[in-house]
Amino acid sequence: MSAIEKQRHIIDFMLASLWRRKGKNLSLVVVYTFVIFLLASVMFFAHAIKKEAALILRDAPEIMVQRLVAGRQGFIPESYIDSIQRIKGVQSVTPRLWGYYYDGQSGANYTLMVNADLKDRPGEIIIGKGVTLRRATTEDKIITRKNDSIPFKTYDGSYLMLQVKGVLPAASELVTSDLVLVSEQDFRKIFSVSKDHATDLVLEVRNDKELSTIAAKITQLYPDTRPILRNEILRTYDAVFDWRAGVIIVILAGAFFAFIILAWDKATGLNAEEKREIGILKAIGWETSDILLMKFWEGAAVSLSAFLMGILSAYLHIFFTASALFAPVLKGWSVLYPDFKLTPFISAYEIAILFFLTVIPYTVATIVPSWRSATIDPDSVMRT
Amino acid sequence: MPGRKSDLFFIYLLVSTLLIGLMFVHAGVREHLDMPLLQERAEIVRVLGLSDLCLFTEARYTRHPSLADLGTPFQDHPMALEHFPSGALVPVPPHLKQRTRN
Repeated sequence: MSAIEKQRHIIDFMLASLWRRKGKNLSLVVVYTFVIFLLASVMFFAHAIKKEAALILRDAPEIMVQRLVAGRQGFIPESYIDSIQRIKGVQSVTPRLWGYYYDGQSGANYTLMVNADLKDRPGEIIIGKGVTLRRATTEDKIITRKNDSIPFKTYDGSYLMLQVKGVLPAASELVTSDLVLVSEQDFRKIFSVSKDHATDLVLEVRNDKELSTIAAKITQLYPDTRPILRNEILRTYDAVFDWRAGVIIVILAGAFFAFIILAWDKATGLNAEEKREIGILKAIGWETSDILLMKFWEGAAVSLSAFLMGILSAYLHIFFTASALFAPVLKGWSVLYPDFKLTPFISAYEIAILFFLTVIPYTVATIVPSWRSATIDPDSVMRT
Repeated sequence: MPGRKSDLFFIYLLVSTLLIGLMFVHAGVREHLDMPLLQERAEIVRVLGLSDLCLFTEARYTRHPSLADLGTPFQDHPMALEHFPSGALVPVPPHLKQRTRN
């Protein structure tokens, strides 16, 4: 009998043996698959969104300068611009005007931002995809379209009707969903911001290597300011998604440990029937190595099936259903939430780690107790 | 011998492995096709001067985590506690922790 034929016979026997205890084994595969599905979903989500954030935010402002007033971010006087502009290496300093606006009608928070394209066009706005749904939360399901008007309550109590002149592309929802681009005049009117103040300053720098030196000079010049560098933004998002993946794993840790105990118990503790089976096999002439081989295939069949199905279903979950199971956790109380589909950036390295952490331990754990039973005298095993 | 259990097992393994292979192919193709879209998003970020992803709009320190400071989540009133669900999902930005240590 060729080696391959021998393996096939052993696999035939192993599958028949698994099928005899199908209830127990199928439920183990289902739970095992679910655990791998959850782990792989977290892994796929975190990796894809981190990669996407890094790609999208690579052109974020190089340095942003905020002013702190009594521990809070306050408006920065535009008089700071000239002296910051004179710092060696600074190419340009642009005041930025932006703020948060709570829309009482929809209960959503918008980010209002002044856009240079609307410079001499007061009364006009460009909105993000999420803002077009501001009335869709009511029973009418009305979508705000181009040329519709949106009322904004100003800080002096009056209302300002601003006409929608454009909607930002749906593809950019991940960064623009809650954005309302307004003219400088309207922004200052809504928030009563004086003409000589901005929300923060955005700097362009000639040489990337000088960023931290320039930031240090700014804080020296104006101790009430706080410069934020682009790489700090990128590191923030790395941390956000590492943390979030960690939080989900901690929440699921109880379930994982319950599964590990179940799998360990199933894999390491042979019941009387399984011991008797090993005894009979040895009595009819099976070698210890054949029994170990059979148990190896048994462990591999269960764990490999669960692994393959778990990975595939996690991929479908994250990249085809837009992380449907995680969405309620991620949305929180947000009324506006971008409906974005992630680009499937997957890492073969991470999948390999998951493989070595799930398939290998289970397979090894199946072999060890069988080796103990298989080396005992068949007669005594059958009598127990 | 057709219809042997081992045959079915190997066919199952082969199909699943092929599907995993297809998953990598699909990811590669989508990555390639989505690149212009990602570049468009990066361009919008550059043109509008945006600093953060629009992930959580419920609180300002989770809408723009990179611009937040340590006091923001607790500044609603004296003894205020951070209470937004997304606050539990967004950690303190690393640069704020560093500054605190300095």
